[in-house]
Amino acid sequence: MRWGFSVYLSSMTTVHADPATDSPFTIAGRSFRSRLMVGTGKYRDNGEMSRAIEASGAEIVTVAVRRVDLDRTKAEGILHHLSPDQYFLLANTAGCYSVDEAIRYARLAREAGFNEFVKLEVIGDRETLLPDTEGLLAATRVLVGEGFAVLAYTNDDLITALRLEDAGAAAVMPLASPIGSGLGLLNPYGIRTIKSRLSVPVVVDAGVGTASDACLTMEQGVDGILMNTALAQARDPVAMASAMRHAVEAGRLAFLAGRMPRREVAMPSTPSAGMLE
Amino acid sequence: MDGGRLTELEILVNGEPRRLPGPATAADLLSHLGLDPRAVVVELNRQIVRRPLLGATALADGDAVELVHFVGGG
Repeated sequence: MRWGFSVYLSSMTTVHADPATDSPFTIAGRSFRSRLMVGTGKYRDNGEMSRAIEASGAEIVTVAVRRVDLDRTKAEGILHHLSPDQYFLLANTAGCYSVDEAIRYARLAREAGFNEFVKLEVIGDRETLLPDTEGLLAATRVLVGEGFAVLAYTNDDLITALRLEDAGAAAVMPLASPIGSGLGLLNPYGIRTIKSRLSVPVVVDAGVGTASDACLTMEQGVDGILMNTALAQARDPVAMASAMRHAVEAGRLAFLAGRMPRREVAMPSTPSAGMLE
Repeated sequence: MDGGRLTELEILVNGEPRRLPGPATAADLLSHLGLDPRAVVVELNRQIVRRPLLGATALADGDAVELVHFVGGG
């Protein structure tokens, strides 16, 4: 079927889903090549973490602020294993349950760090780790006023997302499913709706379990994904990081390519004309 | 002790009581603990002490100091 093949090729050339022509991924005026952000928690060891992050192709890497271990019985700070020259370090306020606590951690992170970005978490429930959206909004307003670029970890609720944007958040980070759950994208409609209504970048944070989850999430048109446990707790984090890199690129390309319409009936892909009598 | 000028400070560091030869600054505390000031952020009584001011910030008995750094997180 030479004829069919050439049609297929010519249709390929009309697709403008080249990553090179994709719009840049920009947050608060800084542009990034990779739409995959990764965390640094829960790895079995730092060597494996470094290799996994490298394999992921991520540029933005999250870190947390904690007390220095004065007895030196535990691991050293993460900067011994992650070069701030190589990665853009994004500090989080994970583990904070109040506005004041989150603000305190954000300020410490800015002092410890290398940029004005903060991944703001105000957690509302210890069992689900779901965000306290009221506290999140209040903390966002304060930190935006102090010059922070706030990337706000929130739920899949459009109204909260809109209010975060109004409050000056640099990016809104709705969850795919609860932190560390690996349940994947539970509410594609909610995520699509948020993306369609916001002007600031939408980065899905938390809940992605495997490559298909990441691909499906990117197919919703969001600007990026942040994940940690899916890599750190995979049997082979380095291989999973590579899979996630491809999945995020594949999902992005599929979104840019524009999927075919869904139909409830079959449509033959082979010509029905020319069949033998 | 030299006429009482050398005193011992008792302060809280990361929630634990610690004794430190005084007088001492925040920079002295870091060097006493063997910590690199570039790798640690110092909070003194809930106020961040910026790095250039560590050597000029005197510690007093009863001060609460937090020493934090970046660790792995998501």
